[in-house]
Amino acid sequence: MSTVVPDRSSVSAGERTGASDGRAPGTFAVVRALLRKELLVELRTLESVPAMSLFSVTTFVVFHFALNRNSVDGDLAAGILWVTLLLAAILGVNRLFVADAEEGGFDGFLLAPVDRSAMLLAKALALLAYLLVLELVAVPAFGLLLLGPSLGQALPVLLGVLALGDLGIAAIGTLVAALAVRTRARDLLGPLLALPLLVPIAIGGARASSPLLALTHPGAPAARWLLTLGLYDLVFGLIAYALFDFLLED
Amino acid sequence: MYGKGLRALSISTVAVMAIALGLVFFYAPLEAEQGFLQKIFYVHVPLAIIALCGFVAGGIMAIQHLRTRDSRWDMRSYVAIHMSLIFAVATLITGSIWAKGSWGHWWVWSEPTLASFLIVFLLYGTYQPLRFSIEDPERQARYASVFAVTAGAFVPMNFIAVRLSTAYLHPRVLGSTSNLPPRMAVTFLVSLLGMALLYTTLCKYELTAKHTRAQLRALRRRAETRSGAEDASGAYARRPRSAAPSVAAPTIAAHTAGRPGV
Amino acid sequence: MGALLAELPALPLHEAGKYVAGAYIVVFALVLVYVAIMAVRLSRIERELGELLAQEHSAASMGHEASDPESTPA
Repeated sequence: MSTVVPDRSSVSAGERTGASDGRAPGTFAVVRALLRKELLVELRTLESVPAMSLFSVTTFVVFHFALNRNSVDGDLAAGILWVTLLLAAILGVNRLFVADAEEGGFDGFLLAPVDRSAMLLAKALALLAYLLVLELVAVPAFGLLLLGPSLGQALPVLLGVLALGDLGIAAIGTLVAALAVRTRARDLLGPLLALPLLVPIAIGGARASSPLLALTHPGAPAARWLLTLGLYDLVFGLIAYALFDFLLED
Repeated sequence: MYGKGLRALSISTVAVMAIALGLVFFYAPLEAEQGFLQKIFYVHVPLAIIALCGFVAGGIMAIQHLRTRDSRWDMRSYVAIHMSLIFAVATLITGSIWAKGSWGHWWVWSEPTLASFLIVFLLYGTYQPLRFSIEDPERQARYASVFAVTAGAFVPMNFIAVRLSTAYLHPRVLGSTSNLPPRMAVTFLVSLLGMALLYTTLCKYELTAKHTRAQLRALRRRAETRSGAEDASGAYARRPRSAAPSVAAPTIAAHTAGRPGV
Repeated sequence: MGALLAELPALPLHEAGKYVAGAYIVVFALVLVYVAIMAVRLSRIERELGELLAQEHSAASMGHEASDPESTPA
């Protein structure tokens, strides 16, 4: 359980970023301080990332038994990988703002004279970090347990595609988490809101990864899908940035 | 004043839809491949287009609400989304019937419109639960607007993404709207206009009804405070939790303030 | 007019007719359901308005009894 009091650290973050002369600290410094706090809290409590990683490995096992397959490749492999990552990401999304909501972190942050979107950026970057660490566990596990063709050459490109999708998942996940956390049914609404919004990322990511995981003639991802992913990330990153302020007003 | 143009609007809706129906069954030629079954096209595709436009319009109205904090924009956004959701359900049902007639299955994944609408339906299905789970009306409206903007931006992108994913796989099952022969195109446009008018009329109808309810409530509150029964905050606390926005009392004050002798 | 009538496609009564009819009927039914819901709401509004008016009348008559000059009821 979280042992850090978030509001105290966000105020002291303001001090540490050179606000002692009375001026409000710059957004970049605030984001860096907040991100540092997020990652420190996660490192100390180990709340999200181990759970997400364990979940993904367990899901691969479930897939093995449910599909009754020893190895998968191509479209099927890409699909399983992306679905598992999405569901694991949603686990992380659920926990993203819970500590702040329960322990008054929002109020402390609102009192500080900083740009509110800094919280969005920090949380999104933290979620991105969690997703990248998750993939460091999940992709090798996938390669070990379920994947037919060996990863070898395709690995860097696959990680690139995953990272591209992660940007979108982080943007949408943070926005949805902020939206859902202050409602009564936050554990239910979070996934319900997030999954449809993440469908285009699943489409783009799976279609792009599929040639990389093909059994015969592995190829490069089609540019069309990379473009889709990039465009989607950009649009929803901007939308999340524009809308986040409105969620934090009280 | 919400109900002002309602009569003219509803009359033109009836007229245009009647003309559209006549055109569909007596003017538009039979299509070569699908024959009579293709006639569903004239109700399914306009429903789809208007529903999508309605969702995007709901998002735009939500932006206005966030900018101006006027609860009337939230009301319009809510009604637009609600109506679009109903139109989306109608799209799914008519599309499913068409698929059953064409291919023998009640659902086909190779039709991108159906798949996109299923996703959109699943997303907007959370709109009402989201609103219901927030008690404070101002925060409810604000969060709902954030959702409406996000979802409104999502709708076109989702459409494109799904369409991309099915393109090079199967030919379109239910036919497309491009390259229509002129008689079909005319019929389609009239049907589209009719559906747009229907949507607008129903939304206006809904807004008028909501506004009337709100005025009634405000009148009741004033009557209660005047008779000294309970103070206004008591009446407010008695109001049950609701997911629907309501126009706030200041609108009533604006109405009465301008009239002399009241 | 004769040319138009000559162009009329005969309504085929095979399988497709049922599906087309079904689709149009579904849309019509949805609109009718909405009309019904609005009718219920309208009657509720009417009832509440009637109650309010009754309250106003009784309040006005009580005010008259107390010899307090009341403005004419709305």
